[in-house]
Amino acid sequence: MRSYVLQRLVYMIFLLWLVTIVTFIVIQLPPGDYLSSYLSRLEQAGEQLSDEQVANLRRQYGLDLPIYARYFRWFGQVLQGEFGYSFDWKQPVRDIIGERLVLTFSIAILTAIFTYAVAIPIGIYSAARQYSVGDYFFSFIGFIGLSIPNFMLALILLYVAWAQYDQNLTGLFSQEFQGAPWSWAKLGDLAKHLPIPIIVVGTSGTAGLIRVMRGTLLDELNKQYVITARSKGVGEVKLLFKYPVRVALNPIISSLAWLFPSLISGGTITAYVLGLPTAGPMLLRSLLTQDTFLTASLLMFVTILTVIGTTVSDILLVVVDPRIRMERAAS
Amino acid sequence: MLRRIGARQAPAKAQAPAFDESYYLASQWQLMWRKFRRHRLAIGSLLVIIVLYSMALFAEFYAINDYQKRHVAFAKSPPHTIYFVDEGGNFSLRPFIYQMKQTLDMDTLQRNYSEVRDKKYLIHFFVRGEPYKILGLLESNIHLMGVEAPGVFFPFGTDDLGRDLYSRTMHAARISLSIGFLGVIISFVLGCLFGGISGYFGGAVDVAIQRLIEFLISIPSIPLIIALAAALPAEWSSTQVYFGITLVLATVGWTALARAVRGKLLELREADFVMAARISNMGDLDIIIKHLLPSFASFLIVMLSLAVPGMILAETALSFLQIGIRPPAVSWGVLLQDAQNIRSLSQSPWFLIPGLFVILTVLAFNFLGDGLRDAADPYKQ
Repeated sequence: MRSYVLQRLVYMIFLLWLVTIVTFIVIQLPPGDYLSSYLSRLEQAGEQLSDEQVANLRRQYGLDLPIYARYFRWFGQVLQGEFGYSFDWKQPVRDIIGERLVLTFSIAILTAIFTYAVAIPIGIYSAARQYSVGDYFFSFIGFIGLSIPNFMLALILLYVAWAQYDQNLTGLFSQEFQGAPWSWAKLGDLAKHLPIPIIVVGTSGTAGLIRVMRGTLLDELNKQYVITARSKGVGEVKLLFKYPVRVALNPIISSLAWLFPSLISGGTITAYVLGLPTAGPMLLRSLLTQDTFLTASLLMFVTILTVIGTTVSDILLVVVDPRIRMERAAS
Repeated sequence: MLRRIGARQAPAKAQAPAFDESYYLASQWQLMWRKFRRHRLAIGSLLVIIVLYSMALFAEFYAINDYQKRHVAFAKSPPHTIYFVDEGGNFSLRPFIYQMKQTLDMDTLQRNYSEVRDKKYLIHFFVRGEPYKILGLLESNIHLMGVEAPGVFFPFGTDDLGRDLYSRTMHAARISLSIGFLGVIISFVLGCLFGGISGYFGGAVDVAIQRLIEFLISIPSIPLIIALAAALPAEWSSTQVYFGITLVLATVGWTALARAVRGKLLELREADFVMAARISNMGDLDIIIKHLLPSFASFLIVMLSLAVPGMILAETALSFLQIGIRPPAVSWGVLLQDAQNIRSLSQSPWFLIPGLFVILTVLAFNFLGDGLRDAADPYKQ
C-alpha cells in the first residue's frame, strides 16, 4: 500500500515536469511573440521604436534566446518559486496569480463537494425507485444539465436574476469589497456570490454522476447476492446500503479523476461570462496578448491541480476497494 | 416502509416475450433496429437531428432573408409575434405578423419597437425570393416561408446591425453541426489508430500509449483548447480557421475514444464467442470480419454519437470566447457573442435563441446515443 502511494507520487512528479514542457511548447505555438504584438499595438498608436530599442527590449525579455534556453531559464526560476515576469501586467507573475489560483481551486473543490452531495443521494434514489415519477424527473433534469453549455446556463441565470429580481450577479465580490483586504465581511460577501458559479460549473458533472450512480447501482441490485440477502429476510434499507451502494460508489470515486479537470475546464468559460476574478479570464487574456510567462504559469498550475486531483482519486480508489488493492498486491 | 427494490423488474423477466419466427431469423443489425425502434425518445431525437442537419445543408432554403444583409431600420428588433387572430377578432388559418415601427427614446437612446396594427402581413410558405444555389449546384429561389414585400419577417428578431437572427441561425448550423461531425471523424481515426495499436500489441507499446493518454486527459481540456486555438494565425481565412479549429478539437478529443476502443478490443479478444469461433477452426480473418467487426461497429456508432455533442459544445464555447470561428463566418457560438454581457442580454434576450439550438442538438445526440447503446447491447431484451 505504502509503496503504491509512493509510486503514484513519483509518477505524479514526473507528470508535473512533463506538464511544464508541454505548456511551454503550446504557448510558443502562436506566430510572433509578446514583443511583436506589443510593437504592432504601439505602431497603431502612432509610436515608433528604434531598432536599437527593440533589440534592447528583446534582450531584456529574453526573447532573443532559443526556445530550449528560454524554457530552462524559466524552469530554473520555477524551481526557485519564481515564475517569470508578466509583460502585460508589468509585475512578477507570482504576485498576480496567487489569489486567482486560490479562488479557482476553492471554487473547484466547493463545486466537487456540491456535485457529490447532490449526485449520490439522487443517484441512489433513482436506482432504488426506478421508473418512478421522481426518477423520470431527475433523469430529465439530468439530461438538460448535460446538454446545456456552461456559459449558456450562466447567461440564462444572469438574465433571470436581472429580469426577475433586478440583481446583477456577476463577479465574486460586491463593489465595496473589490480589492479590499480580506475580512469576515468580505468572506460573507464572497459566500453570497458563490452559489451561482458553483451551480453553473457543477450542473453537467452532477448530471453525469447521477447517471453513473444510478446505472451501477441498478446493475448491483439485480445481482444474485442481493436476491439471496432478501430471501434471507434482510431489511430493504440495510440491503441497499450494506453492499450495493458501497460497490456503486467505486466509479464515483474514480470519477474524481475526470471531474476535476472538467471542473477547471468548465470554470474557465463560466468565469469569463460571470466576470469572476479566477485563473480562466486571466489565461484567456494572457494568451491573446502572448504574455508568455503568465500563460505558462497559469496553464501549469491549473494542470498541476488536476494532476493532484487524479492522483488523490487513484489512491482513494485503492483505499476503498479491496479488489483493486488485491490486484495491485498481486502484480 | 421501503418498497422492494427492483421489484418491478421481476415480472418483466418472468413473462418471456413471444417472438415470431422472423425474430429468430433476424440478423444482428435487424435485431438492433427492432430494439431501437421501440425507443421513442431516440427515434424522436433522430428526427430532430435529421431536421437540424437539413438546416445545415439547405440553409438558404430555410432562411427568410439574406443572413448578412443589414436592415438598418430594424436594428435590435425583437422577434415578431405570430398571430392567428387579428384586432377585429377575425380568425385566419394563415398566420400573420404586424410590421414593427422603431421609435428612439431620446432620454436613454434606446430603440423601442411597437407593432403597427394596420399593417398586416400574411406568412406564406414555399415562397419565391432571392435566388440561391442548392448545395452550390442547382439554382432555386424557393424559401420555406416569407411575407410579401415591403414587409420583413424576423422570427428571432435582429442583431445590433439589423441582421435577421433567424436566417443567421440557419446558416450558422452549417459550421456548428459540421464541425462536430468532422472533428469526431478525425478524432475517431486517431482514437482507433492509437487504441487499436494499444489493444492489439499490448505490452510496452500499450503501456506507453496508455501513459500518453493519461497525461493528455490530466490536462484540463478547455484551457488547452483555448491555448491551441489562440495559436491560429490571425491572418488565416475563414476556411483555414474552420479546419484549424476542427483539428484542435480532434487532437484534444481523441483520447477518450482511444481508451474506449482499446478497452473494447481487449474485452472482445477474450469474449466467449470469439473463443468458440476459434475452437471451431475459424480463420483469423473470418473471426475479425464476421464476429469482431459487427460487435465493434455497433459499439463505435454509439461512441461516435455520444462524442459529437462534446465537439459542438467546445466549438460553441471557443467561438463565444472570440477565439474560434471568426466573423463574417457564422456559427452558433459566434452569434452568442452578442449575448456576452448582462446589458445587451437585458435589452435583447432573444440573442440567446441560437443557444437553444445548441442545447437542442446536444440533447438530441445524447438521447440518440442512449437509444443506440441500448439497442446495440445484445444482452438487453
